[in-house]
Amino acid sequence: MSTLTTNYLAPTGREEAWRFTPLARVGGLLDSSIALESVNSVRITNAQPGVTLNVVRAADLAALSISDDLATIRAREFIEEVTHIQVAANSQISEPLILERIGLTGKPQASRTLISCGVNSHATIILHNSGEAILADEFEFDLASGSTLTFVSLQEWSGKAVHLGRQHAIIARDATFNSIVVTVGGSLVRLLPTVEFSGPGSSADLQGLYFATDGQHLEHRLHVDHNFPNAKSRVNYKGALAGDKAHTVWIGDVYIRSNAEGTDTYELNRNLLLSDGARADSVPNLEIETGEIVGAGHASTTGRFDDEQLFYLSSRGIPAEIARRLVIRGFFAEIVGKIKNEEIENRLMDRIDSELAKVGA
Amino acid sequence: MSTLEIKGLQVSVATESGFTEILRGVDLTIKSGETHAIMGPNGSGKSTLAYSIAGHPKYTITGGSVTLDGADVLAMSVDERAKAGLFLAMQYPVEVPGVSVTNFLRTAATAIRGEAPKVRTWVGEVKEAMKALNMDTNFAERNVNEGFSGGEKKRHEILQLELLKPKFAILDETDSGLDVDALRIVSEGVNRVKANSDLGIMLITHYTRILRYIKPDFVHVFAAGKIVEEGGPELADKLEEKGYAEYTTA
Repeated sequence: MSTLTTNYLAPTGREEAWRFTPLARVGGLLDSSIALESVNSVRITNAQPGVTLNVVRAADLAALSISDDLATIRAREFIEEVTHIQVAANSQISEPLILERIGLTGKPQASRTLISCGVNSHATIILHNSGEAILADEFEFDLASGSTLTFVSLQEWSGKAVHLGRQHAIIARDATFNSIVVTVGGSLVRLLPTVEFSGPGSSADLQGLYFATDGQHLEHRLHVDHNFPNAKSRVNYKGALAGDKAHTVWIGDVYIRSNAEGTDTYELNRNLLLSDGARADSVPNLEIETGEIVGAGHASTTGRFDDEQLFYLSSRGIPAEIARRLVIRGFFAEIVGKIKNEEIENRLMDRIDSELAKVGA
Repeated sequence: MSTLEIKGLQVSVATESGFTEILRGVDLTIKSGETHAIMGPNGSGKSTLAYSIAGHPKYTITGGSVTLDGADVLAMSVDERAKAGLFLAMQYPVEVPGVSVTNFLRTAATAIRGEAPKVRTWVGEVKEAMKALNMDTNFAERNVNEGFSGGEKKRHEILQLELLKPKFAILDETDSGLDVDALRIVSEGVNRVKANSDLGIMLITHYTRILRYIKPDFVHVFAAGKIVEEGGPELADKLEEKGYAEYTTA
């Protein structure tokens, strides 16, 4: 086929960026002999005044950011059309906009979406990923000055789904980007929530939770590029693992460039191992080129279930099974509560409960 | 009328160098309505006694028995012991992030009572109990013990005592870390529960201070893993005066 990527070298697994990923399971997304089908995979389920969706030829809407991610590079090669969602300047979108996926076939596909938030606009957008898919997917968020976007990305994929995704925000002066990533479904999810700034006074809050059971590989690679002065970032990801060969990877790269004076950043990753045979990799990286900052820190913990919490609850008559569920719900509640949507909260917690019951944890 | 009977209880904990025996044959019988103060120096095994009865997995029972009205407590799981009517007010209540006090209390009450309490009466019940303990109403929305002050933690323990209505309560150094006002409020809570029920109390303390508020019927001196002297309230006065020296050097 003439559309096949030229000069493309598939990763071998020895690269730093791919060393944790089971490449045999990416479903052809990185295979140079397989073409990806371009798909406009996003639709709005609840139209709102102030928000428009247009499908644009890829040639007319180039990507805004540079990426060295091979899955993203591959996806961009094959993309024919881009979904462009725009939030009008100065608009306050009171109800969360819900995005569903369409046109996913379970064969190797590529999708690209740009979300542009106008000056001083406020919006919450919830992306609901479900069903089967083999998808190389890119979202870019272009936040104009003074805008606030809360983007919730729910990975509730079916069992065999493969999702290689990038979610990149470019945050202008005094704009705020809140990202909430929840990954519970899919066979292999490798998601890159990344952020760069294009003006001072901007901030990013990246929250996430993942829950992996038997054989799932859930990988989140965050990158915060502090390339402007006086920007703030917070990263808080929590994961739980249960069952044989459940594997999670969390990479938190924060880069404070020499010009990024006044940077304030903190990143945190906590993992809870609920059974033997599961593995959590957690790698925070902080690179600092200037000392003129407000603060920079990171923490990473991976631990087993806290027996003291279980004992405390059980000593009040609560059976061990219910006590465990309370503690696990409690562990995730901090992140799930931020979605501020009871229906989604209940759906996620029910899924976590039922998967816990399945693996007998 | 219920009876909590501890006979020849021997308990060890696993340490790096093997098992260390902490309780060396404890005999103690508590009947409904009685208050027994267990007093002793630090490290004598008082808290081990409390946690062993509640079933903490850290402790291994190597001998003896604990029965509640003849039922073998040591054969019960931790939650079964609570359902049977035992309650341990902990010295260091555990933080449970993300679990609200409201949710926790209701889940516990449901487990203990065998059915979910009726919403309307339950809310009133909790409010009233909280008010009696001088607790702010927003307390219920906070996560269990998370960020609580020492006094708040202890009040929260006594709140549970009021709501769960056990047959026997073990109060493990409930007085520690409390200022005079908090000690009075907590003690009044315990006395209120006792006045309204047939509660038997095992009051573990290092100091005699709390005994001014909660009057014991019996005082037991605990040293080196067992009870070494028993008497009435007057024994506490002697301890106040002379300390534990004669028991620890003996």
